[in-house]
Amino acid sequence: MTGAETPNPSVARLRARFGAAVAQSAVVHGATIVHVARERAHEILAFLRDDPAERYDYLADVTAVEYRDRERPLEVVYQLRSLPHGAALRVKIELDRNGPLAVDSVVDLWQGANWLEREVWDMFGVRFTGHPDLRRILMWETYDEGHPLRKDFPLRGRFSRAEQVRRALGADLAAHYSMDELSIAEAYGAIPADMRERLKPAGGEGSAS
Amino acid sequence: MELTAGTAERSGFVSPNWVTTRLDDLVNWSRANSLWPMAFGTACCAIEFMATAASRFDLARFGMERVAYSPRQADVLICAGRLPFKLAPVIRRIWDQMPQPKWCISMGACASTGGIFDNYAMVQGIDTIVPVDVYVPGCPPRPEGLLYGIMLLQKKIKGETVFDPALRVEQLANEHGLFLEPAAVDELSEPFGNSVHQTRSA
Repeated sequence: MTGAETPNPSVARLRARFGAAVAQSAVVHGATIVHVARERAHEILAFLRDDPAERYDYLADVTAVEYRDRERPLEVVYQLRSLPHGAALRVKIELDRNGPLAVDSVVDLWQGANWLEREVWDMFGVRFTGHPDLRRILMWETYDEGHPLRKDFPLRGRFSRAEQVRRALGADLAAHYSMDELSIAEAYGAIPADMRERLKPAGGEGSAS
Repeated sequence: MELTAGTAERSGFVSPNWVTTRLDDLVNWSRANSLWPMAFGTACCAIEFMATAASRFDLARFGMERVAYSPRQADVLICAGRLPFKLAPVIRRIWDQMPQPKWCISMGACASTGGIFDNYAMVQGIDTIVPVDVYVPGCPPRPEGLLYGIMLLQKKIKGETVFDPALRVEQLANEHGLFLEPAAVDELSEPFGNSVHQTRSA
């Protein structure tokens, strides 16, 4: 572990390798934060995961921050942890509010990013390019009021309470709790044959062969 | 309830094997004392419900012998905890699956009014979704509170009559897809108390 105010040495190695793509860095309460350019973020994160000196093999969290100050950009935050080296690093990507809110997905690097990125999309409206299944995860799929954790989102939502109740009651329950949602589709090949027969989708081809 | 038992000792020539009472009294007595709860626990109120059902407070003393986690074998829906909009169609379907006669207890501040969650995700009182018979206040209510609510419900049941079909009519969605008029839903959901100060960005 790094000391209280000592920056994580990974930052110096990132600067040496990626130059201008690595912007400011800081140590806050003993945690090293490094800002990277959006265009090269995926490349940098791949390097952090794979380089023998870095080995950040565990993605603890993906989240986003929007500040009350309208001048400050929206940030996407990756909290990385290296189990072999016992190091932690926080990587931030700044996104211009006026531009497209999109970053490259890191699901291809860390499988665990799948639901985390879906949550960021659901709550902040940041699109993750290349995500295999970018759907809402906390709010339901037909939720139409926007992305609730954005600062311009009214606390009680955009619609009247009656309209919210009407839309909620009109939601299709089966669509919420489908086999796909439970990821049984992925285990289709591994389940017993009789179960497979029962779960076979009604129309069209099976979800796995 | 007034029960009159024939006692051979008193009358001398009447069989002891009969009882007279009003049908209402008999039906209500049996209904009130064999309420099977359908526990719909979503939050900390459910922990208090578990305490109520466990041995110290012993819900079974009130005839709630079996906590039915099956709506089709239940008489009283106890919503213990806040209800997010995502669960609104679920509780409505559970309510629709319960056979008549059925009643509903809204347990705790959140189930009754939305409580501290006056936000985009939460139903502001389950009475906008299902008809509620008894509201139990508290955050969460102590087991004594829930037991008192159950005893109030029993009292209410004992005042019903089997000859009034209006009591058992299933409530259907209106043309708005709601169970109340939209204006009534809006009014029930109005902020009150400390919530009215949360208007900075609302």
